[in-house]
Amino acid sequence: MLVVVGFVFIALGFAWSITAERNPRTERISGSAGDVLEDDPVGRLKVYVYELPSKYNKKILQKDPRCLSHMFAAEIFMHRFLLSSPVRTLNPEEADWFYTPIYATCDLTPTGLPLPFKSPRMVRSAIQLISSSWPYWNRTEGADHFFVVPHDFGACFHYQEEKAIERGILPILRRATLVQTFGQRNHVCLNEGSITIPPYAPPQKMQARQIPPDTPRSIFVYFRGLFYDVNNDPEGGYYARGARAAVWENFKSNPLFDISTEHPTTYYEDMQRAIFCLCPLGWAPWSPRLVEAVVFGCIPVIIADDIVLPFADAIPWEEIGVFVAEEDVPKLDKILTSIPPHVILRKQRLLANPSMKRAMLFPQPTLPGDAFHQILNGLARKLLHPKSVYLKPGEKILNWTAGPITDLKPW
Amino acid sequence: MKLSALQQSYLGRRSNSFRSSGPLDSSSDGAFKSPAAVFWLVLHGLSCLISLLLGFRFSRLVFLLLSTSSTYTSPFHSPTELAKTLDIRSVIPADPVGNVPLPFPNKTATNSRVVVGRHGIRIRPWPHPNPVEVMKAHRIIERVQTEQRLQFGVKDPRKIIVVTPTYVRTFQSLHLTGVMHSLMLVPYDLVWIVVEAGGVSNETASLIAKSGLRTIHVGFSQRMPNSWDERHKLETKMRLRGLRIVREKILDGIVIFADDSNMHSMELFDEIQNAKWFGAVSVGILANSANIDETVVEKRGEEENPRLPVQGPACNVSNMLAGWHTFNTLPFAGKSAVYIDDRATVLPRKLEWSGFVLNSRLLWKDGDKPEWMKDIDTLDGDIESPLDLVKDPSVVEPLGSCGRRVLLWWLRVEARADSKFPPRWIIDPPLEVTVPSKRTPWPDTPPELPSHEKPVIGIQEPIIKHTTKTRTSRSKRRSKRKHDETRTDRRTTGFDKTLQN
Repeated sequence: MLVVVGFVFIALGFAWSITAERNPRTERISGSAGDVLEDDPVGRLKVYVYELPSKYNKKILQKDPRCLSHMFAAEIFMHRFLLSSPVRTLNPEEADWFYTPIYATCDLTPTGLPLPFKSPRMVRSAIQLISSSWPYWNRTEGADHFFVVPHDFGACFHYQEEKAIERGILPILRRATLVQTFGQRNHVCLNEGSITIPPYAPPQKMQARQIPPDTPRSIFVYFRGLFYDVNNDPEGGYYARGARAAVWENFKSNPLFDISTEHPTTYYEDMQRAIFCLCPLGWAPWSPRLVEAVVFGCIPVIIADDIVLPFADAIPWEEIGVFVAEEDVPKLDKILTSIPPHVILRKQRLLANPSMKRAMLFPQPTLPGDAFHQILNGLARKLLHPKSVYLKPGEKILNWTAGPITDLKPW
Repeated sequence: MKLSALQQSYLGRRSNSFRSSGPLDSSSDGAFKSPAAVFWLVLHGLSCLISLLLGFRFSRLVFLLLSTSSTYTSPFHSPTELAKTLDIRSVIPADPVGNVPLPFPNKTATNSRVVVGRHGIRIRPWPHPNPVEVMKAHRIIERVQTEQRLQFGVKDPRKIIVVTPTYVRTFQSLHLTGVMHSLMLVPYDLVWIVVEAGGVSNETASLIAKSGLRTIHVGFSQRMPNSWDERHKLETKMRLRGLRIVREKILDGIVIFADDSNMHSMELFDEIQNAKWFGAVSVGILANSANIDETVVEKRGEEENPRLPVQGPACNVSNMLAGWHTFNTLPFAGKSAVYIDDRATVLPRKLEWSGFVLNSRLLWKDGDKPEWMKDIDTLDGDIESPLDLVKDPSVVEPLGSCGRRVLLWWLRVEARADSKFPPRWIIDPPLEVTVPSKRTPWPDTPPELPSHEKPVIGIQEPIIKHTTKTRTSRSKRRSKRKHDETRTDRRTTGFDKTLQN
């Protein structure tokens, strides 16, 4: 009898020790939504993809294939992912979410930067099409539709912040869920229920440039990029709200800070040899640097007031990165050196978690736990749609004629 | 990419402020000028003049003061921001708001702390590195690197036992300092067994004491002979002596033979931790190819990698030990050095001892060790190669990705047999005067040198023209200084020697 009890205890203890055993190199990530990075959205939601004429998507891509590799490519890859994903349904009656494939960020200048001037008209014309061809838009005025708008200020469709704030989110998109890279608290261009995603960074390029993990991290702080945007803001003060210029002026002579405007060929390798990577805001608060820092295990130092980081409800960014207020930039070295070493090691362990790295990337073909799945998880968490979003017949909330006159021209 | 933000906002504001003046201007081309039109024209001209005189920023402020509320569209350019423009580099904790007394506008509608517009660039009063912070950062870097080593490096590192045969000679300082510094960098526990031919000497003792490592310094009664063959044999005996010490003291770890003239890489010490019982690494052979005959080199037979100066294990496709690479000595046949101070090439043995590592438990008297290890007490005298320590050479484990990585280099370089060097490299008594400082052959002073200088002058003369200026300045400086003549003489002697080389 006692032997049996003892045996049971031993077995329990054994089982407990196995489950409690943690890989010493990584740590589990639990955000405010729980341990959701590894959730599987398949079966939890259904997405219906509208069939739009190819002038909204394929033809635009054919005109400029650069759209597949720039940092706004998430909209294109999301479309491709959804077309072949198990969450896609061909029956719109049973769909929880509706997706409209518009490549609004693919009108590029010769240097490769997107011009957002025609995007409002394109989106308007697409929504006019879907509201007239299918009844689902009018049912909720878009409340169960989602759009991927990865441009600088999301659905405000302008690269200049003042103009973007003036325009605000496109009026007809105000009830829809916006999947965007831009995120800043109390900002006009971030809707209450929007999902923030990371910008697109090419996964193959990053995987190809990995160095052995035992290479000692010898750079304390690393940053490569502009400090002054000489073309648009030569005196400084507008670009990055003066934060990048402050970093340069305070730390250009500091040997711990490896910062410069050069474009080295060893950019990815250097990030893997650095402990902290600066991710300051530019003209917009988000940047692909965050993705690169996470993938290469470099602790991101985020200098952007009130920024909302990707998948903020699933990923506990406070525990992973270091947040520095823009007014504290002159004290950056003191702030970073006063972080206790055990906190730094813990952040590195969290970053080393492969599910963290996968959640930031858009790999092709898709992998479980990648950014596509996190977007679907986010959408699944927003279900069920409250009854109030379903409008009574004839009821109209959105003002279709709001906004500048130029937006109302047909596309 | 972005159109000039400044220009756009400026133009926007200007067009807003003076929208009314547009149509009036066009109409003023027509008939008589109404007083209002004249007024606006004058105002327009005045504002242009003001802009010209005061410049863009000041004129913008003046216009703001003149036309406060209605024509000013964007509520986000608060006057506080404009006031900040007056002092671009605001110093903390200076408060820029109090500069211009203007009505405080409302911010963005949603009460954000973040304001769009121009901000000051904050620079602290002393924007240079703070040494305390730098030291803290270095400590953080060290801690991170230790953690990395713990995670990705070797688990359970064993102690390293280094056996080095040496003897006192001119080049001993050079060689032994190199080995010493390499050993001081090894991140594992270390014991250094130094076996010295000719007995324990203060010279060697003072050298190795500087390392701070745990050392065992023993003497070997024989003196080091003058021919390379004999020397290699004696070194083997000295190494066996070292191995006997390992056995006596029952040291536990990995035994590595570090000849004092070799150069070791840090990865070697990480790699040998992988050895289970008896391991072998590839050694790069740096034979000084002084007189190598090229034609003889061409005639070499079909060897694998004929030109590689490497000695070590060779593996077959399945990464199992298949044989040994040895250094091809054919090109040097008949022309190798026999005596220590020969100028010819010094050749290594077939298999150098430094390429082998062993688990110290193989040397213990009792304990569980494989039966293929011979007892070192039974061995004495002629062991040609370290493979003679084992009965079956196939048990050797190839290390360094199966011998593909060369982790150390073998080199033999010695001074002439009759070369002397100051004991412990401290010059006492002072050297003799070779060239007096006041009488060096600078071009200003006529060369009044003693007769034995003349051959020296002949080499120096063509160089005099190029380096005139530096030399005169140096001589002036030297004559000013009040040092012993000996110190300046030593310097001139050194300077002399560099010119001769």
